[in-house]
Amino acid sequence: MAASGCRGVRSILWKYGSCGKNFCVSRSKTVPQLPVRQICVSSSLWKKNLAAAGPQKFTQEFIDKQVEEFEVGKRHLANMMGEDPETFTQEDIDRSIAYLFPSGLFEKRARPVMKHPDEIFPKQTAIQWDAEGRPFHFLFYTGRQSYYSLLHDVYEKILAIERHQDKMRNKGLFTSETKQILLTGSRWLLKEEIEEYLVENISDHDYVRLIQLMEKLLSMPYCSLEEEFILKFRKQLEAQSSKHEIPALQYDPQGVAFSVADGRRKTAKASITLRDSGSGNITINGRNYLHCFPLLQDREQLMFPLHFVGMLGRFDIEGSVEGSGHSAQAGALRLAISRALLSFVSEGEVERIRQAGLLTADPRIRERKKPGQEGARKKFTWKKR
Amino acid sequence: MNLHKLTSRLCPKATQKFRHLHIQSSGQQLEAVAVETASAEANPLSVFRTSERDPTYHSEGHSGQYYTLPPTHIQKLFPYGLPPRFQLQIKTFNEGCVMVRPPALELISYLKRADYSKPPLRYVLYGDIGTGKTMSLCHALHYCYSQGWLIVHVPDAHLWVKNCKELLPSSSRPSRFDQPIQASQWLKNFKITNERFLSKLKTTQRYVWTKRESTEKGQPLGELIDQGVNRMKSSSDVVGAVLRELRLQAGGATEGEGAFKLAVAVDGVNALWGKTSLKKEDRTMPEELTLIHNLRKMMKNNWSGGAILTALSQTGSVFKPRSAYLPSELLGEEGFDNMEPFVPVSVSNYNEKEFESCYLYYLDRNWLQHPHSRSEEGKKELIFLSNKNPSILERLCAFL
Repeated sequence: MAASGCRGVRSILWKYGSCGKNFCVSRSKTVPQLPVRQICVSSSLWKKNLAAAGPQKFTQEFIDKQVEEFEVGKRHLANMMGEDPETFTQEDIDRSIAYLFPSGLFEKRARPVMKHPDEIFPKQTAIQWDAEGRPFHFLFYTGRQSYYSLLHDVYEKILAIERHQDKMRNKGLFTSETKQILLTGSRWLLKEEIEEYLVENISDHDYVRLIQLMEKLLSMPYCSLEEEFILKFRKQLEAQSSKHEIPALQYDPQGVAFSVADGRRKTAKASITLRDSGSGNITINGRNYLHCFPLLQDREQLMFPLHFVGMLGRFDIEGSVEGSGHSAQAGALRLAISRALLSFVSEGEVERIRQAGLLTADPRIRERKKPGQEGARKKFTWKKR
Repeated sequence: MNLHKLTSRLCPKATQKFRHLHIQSSGQQLEAVAVETASAEANPLSVFRTSERDPTYHSEGHSGQYYTLPPTHIQKLFPYGLPPRFQLQIKTFNEGCVMVRPPALELISYLKRADYSKPPLRYVLYGDIGTGKTMSLCHALHYCYSQGWLIVHVPDAHLWVKNCKELLPSSSRPSRFDQPIQASQWLKNFKITNERFLSKLKTTQRYVWTKRESTEKGQPLGELIDQGVNRMKSSSDVVGAVLRELRLQAGGATEGEGAFKLAVAVDGVNALWGKTSLKKEDRTMPEELTLIHNLRKMMKNNWSGGAILTALSQTGSVFKPRSAYLPSELLGEEGFDNMEPFVPVSVSNYNEKEFESCYLYYLDRNWLQHPHSRSEEGKKELIFLSNKNPSILERLCAFL
């Protein structure tokens, strides 16, 4: 998003570095050149207080050097892995690093990573004042120059559209049915995303004002003129259901359809075969499910997916489950049944099932006991003295 | 997918037509919810009911249908013989309806065709938990009662093997232990069930209980039983004596007044050869219990003129895993050897027709209050959740 065409951002970067280099000499002689609009790099870390880092911890030269080293390193890595250096993509890099430096750490962000420096070094604002201390931007003393300049931009566009409208009215060509911007399937950028875009901190109030202004822009009939600008601030929502892979429907020698699926919940693993044209028998680990789950609650969990789709007496289920306790086993089986059902059911139903929460794997696991405490949360008896 | 728990609406209507007399209404727990509506009178032969009250005439055609137990019979025959949940159901519905099912029909047909001059056949009802073994046993017992047999019914042999408050050393034999409370309780029930036989039968020998008390030869059996009920100390021995008398006299006189057939019905027969959870005061296991010893003698087929109906039970048993339900597992080696040869009768879950009939019965009795349970969907849910197991279905419907 940020890498391509960020016209709105005004992070001005001097060609000359902040630490005195050989360009210092020419600095005093030449008039400060027009600011060079530099493409901002994206930050890989969310919620990092970018503005508070202060301007320019890393110089541009330093970053350029890192980029060079990265490119060279990429070629070395490609040679090491025996692949073509020209067509070595970031996914290949990730794969290779994971292979060469296997890590057992749970936190994915703590593992060794090799990425383009643009993704690693956070975005930073350049020095925003010249040698005499005069700021470049006219809104510098507001404290939030990017934000207010963005607001000014949007308002300018609103005025431009109004002028265009008046022109059309004068010509007599004013129509309200102009091309509208398609906004379905996308959402406004979140506050954090705007902050990242502007490399500045903004408050909730500011964010709300910005969105209101954008909405005002959208409410005008000729807003399609600024479609490109607006879409920069919208993010597409992906259709979630396309992510679920549907197990393939296989056929018995007798022609009976069946599908196989797995499910997991809290160390319990279940795997089932769902057979069509059955009569609602359920066999788990070779025993009737009435023996396995004497508790009504567990049986209700098993019933939920089938009942939701309305195919209670249609299938035969045989499965095996191991690990954890009865409740977790029931949950694992429920997930497995829902996944296996996907292949018997239409697309719209799949979306309904997903929204019912039947396909979400329950991420809760047992929390680790910490040292200095009795359990995960329970503390030792607190003694005042 | 939570099935709502509704409390059963208690609304006794003004017009309560009684089809039959009141059965024991001690009014302790549940008030009568059932209302005899006019519609039930209009079509007495609804699909799931049969008007045939006598088990003698029950046949395959009646399979899956409910028949009503006459209340007088319930009072006499089953003071404590029926499963506790079923007793609650009788109180709630104001009538005792039993479903006619194949295992019971099978048992009754065997009883009809057996030869009673030979040693008695042993029938063992076995099956998974909650499939209806006790109920089938009671059905068959009702048949015996209506045929005029003498009933020896032990509703649950497990009660004699665990949770006994008093355990006295036996008066007659040093190594045995008595359970006076259980024995006297059983004698009272026996008396209620077999009133008419008590005056007819006479003792064949003299029994000495203590230095001062004894029962002479030729006394009516009723006196023997009174002896046991009044004197708690010797009640277990009385039980033994009664059983012995019955054994001797069962097949004795084939015609005349003294003829009778003996039906020995024991539920939870696997308790007889299992382990006990009882302990003596100094916390060691007793070697022998009088009641158990006598019952075991009863189980042997060295007498004639009757039948032994038993049912296995895992629910009350001690030290047995829940998945065990076959005779070999529950009876154990010793029990199996003692019981052999026997006729096994297997009891299973409801089939489609029986489930349908049970469901309609609950609907008819207004037991299923939840509106969703009356729909097809609800029925499918019930089938799934209970897997057509009678007891689980009953518990499920109890809070609907």
